[in-house]
Amino acid sequence: MTAALAPGFCDPVLSAQSVFRSVMDALARPATLCDLPQMLSPPPPLTPASAAVALTLFDQDTPVFLDDPFAPTDVAYWLRFHAGAPIVTEPQQAAFAILADPANMPPFDAFPLGTPEYPDRSATLILQVASLEHGYELAFCGPGIEDRRILHATPLPADFPQRLAHNRALFPRGVDLLLVTDARVAALPRSTKLIDEV
Amino acid sequence: MNAPAYNFAYLDEQTKRMIRRAILKAIAIPGYQVPFASREMPMPYGWGTGGVQVTAAILGPHDVLKVIDQGSDDTTNAVSIRKFFAKTAGVRTTTSTEEATVIQTRHRIPERPLKAGQVIVFQVPIPEPLRFLEPRETETRRLHALADYGLMQVKLYEDIARHGHIATTFAYPVRVDDRYVMDPSPTPKFDNPKMDNCPALQLFGAGREKRIYAIPPHTRVVSLDFEDHPFEPYRHDGTCALCGATDGYLDEVITDDRGGRMFVCSDTDYCETRRSAGSVVKAGATSEGGCA
Repeated sequence: MTAALAPGFCDPVLSAQSVFRSVMDALARPATLCDLPQMLSPPPPLTPASAAVALTLFDQDTPVFLDDPFAPTDVAYWLRFHAGAPIVTEPQQAAFAILADPANMPPFDAFPLGTPEYPDRSATLILQVASLEHGYELAFCGPGIEDRRILHATPLPADFPQRLAHNRALFPRGVDLLLVTDARVAALPRSTKLIDEV
Repeated sequence: MNAPAYNFAYLDEQTKRMIRRAILKAIAIPGYQVPFASREMPMPYGWGTGGVQVTAAILGPHDVLKVIDQGSDDTTNAVSIRKFFAKTAGVRTTTSTEEATVIQTRHRIPERPLKAGQVIVFQVPIPEPLRFLEPRETETRRLHALADYGLMQVKLYEDIARHGHIATTFAYPVRVDDRYVMDPSPTPKFDNPKMDNCPALQLFGAGREKRIYAIPPHTRVVSLDFEDHPFEPYRHDGTCALCGATDGYLDEVITDDRGGRMFVCSDTDYCETRRSAGSVVKAGATSEGGCA
């Protein structure tokens, strides 16, 4: 346990608003890089950007799943303290997941995918990727994308394109992905179609 | 201090988070109505409580807000909502469609094409397009799950059988990205084509019915129709008596009790912009035109 807990937003209202607008913009324009204001120094391996998304969207109503690299750290404690979010050990119970090791993440269908009647009751996965400029090159089309758009990201699971294609085939069910680096976010909502590996 | 202290943009942070999560899911599932825990607002249902909650959840101090009611910036509903946010969020307000970053609207889409980066928030009374055809929520939910929209096609067909044409003139159902059938809110069907491939983000809030839905930018939005009865936007066959516009949506204004009337643009900003650019109709000239 560290001696002192790292602080949350210094201006919770306006910080959350600006982070939300970046995330909303990212989801409305899938595969586009949107800047996230850097204002937090959370315990590692939680990155400042995913911490900002967490404090913007998490609260007592959102069970959160954290993957293995978070286990020996203060991250669960930090999230519980600042967001009041319950931390769950089963992906199936999660409304949000933060994944520090996206290359070895659980399969999408380990998380809630929603039901045909309530497709909104599905998980949002926050993938802490190292880069949104290198790695996999993927082309997308769909709502929010004029014509088509290319996204790079690494690290990701080897079968990431197949997972995306399957997730899209489930529409309107499915998970929504937020890929975050230290300072930026790109979204791949379930509505986005993978064209192919370029 | 005994004065009531409100949070920025009125709503408390927990409520905003709940609404924000609903908005994100709505964007991820275009056209699907996401249930949300609508709050009581300091205005009655029917005055845009859904739109106001969506606006309050997205609004930031750097936004410029425009509010219209049936296209007009200066009617009671628009003025009071604009004042509400000027007071509770301190945001700059405008009547200019071009200048605004967030536009809350009751039943119109501005004539000036919206641009990327803008957000338009619709006030919605009845979000469920199938509600008057099937009153049970459990059933409409299943119909959406199965994408079973035969009922709506039958309704439009019955219009044709009875009137010879599709008589629905507002809240004309659309299909979003080839999946969900959606109520565009009671906008005139004249505005439906503006929703298709629109560069702005479109958000819809229904306060009493507790639903939020969305159309992301550049999304295919198709008005339902038949091959032999294609969708046709409707507009009075007239000219604006103030600015001479022949392309905007027109309001009919009765000018006396002897049948005198004139048409004026429903979008006041569009009309004012045209007039200040020098487009004026000569005094005494009245617009004539049939009204089907």
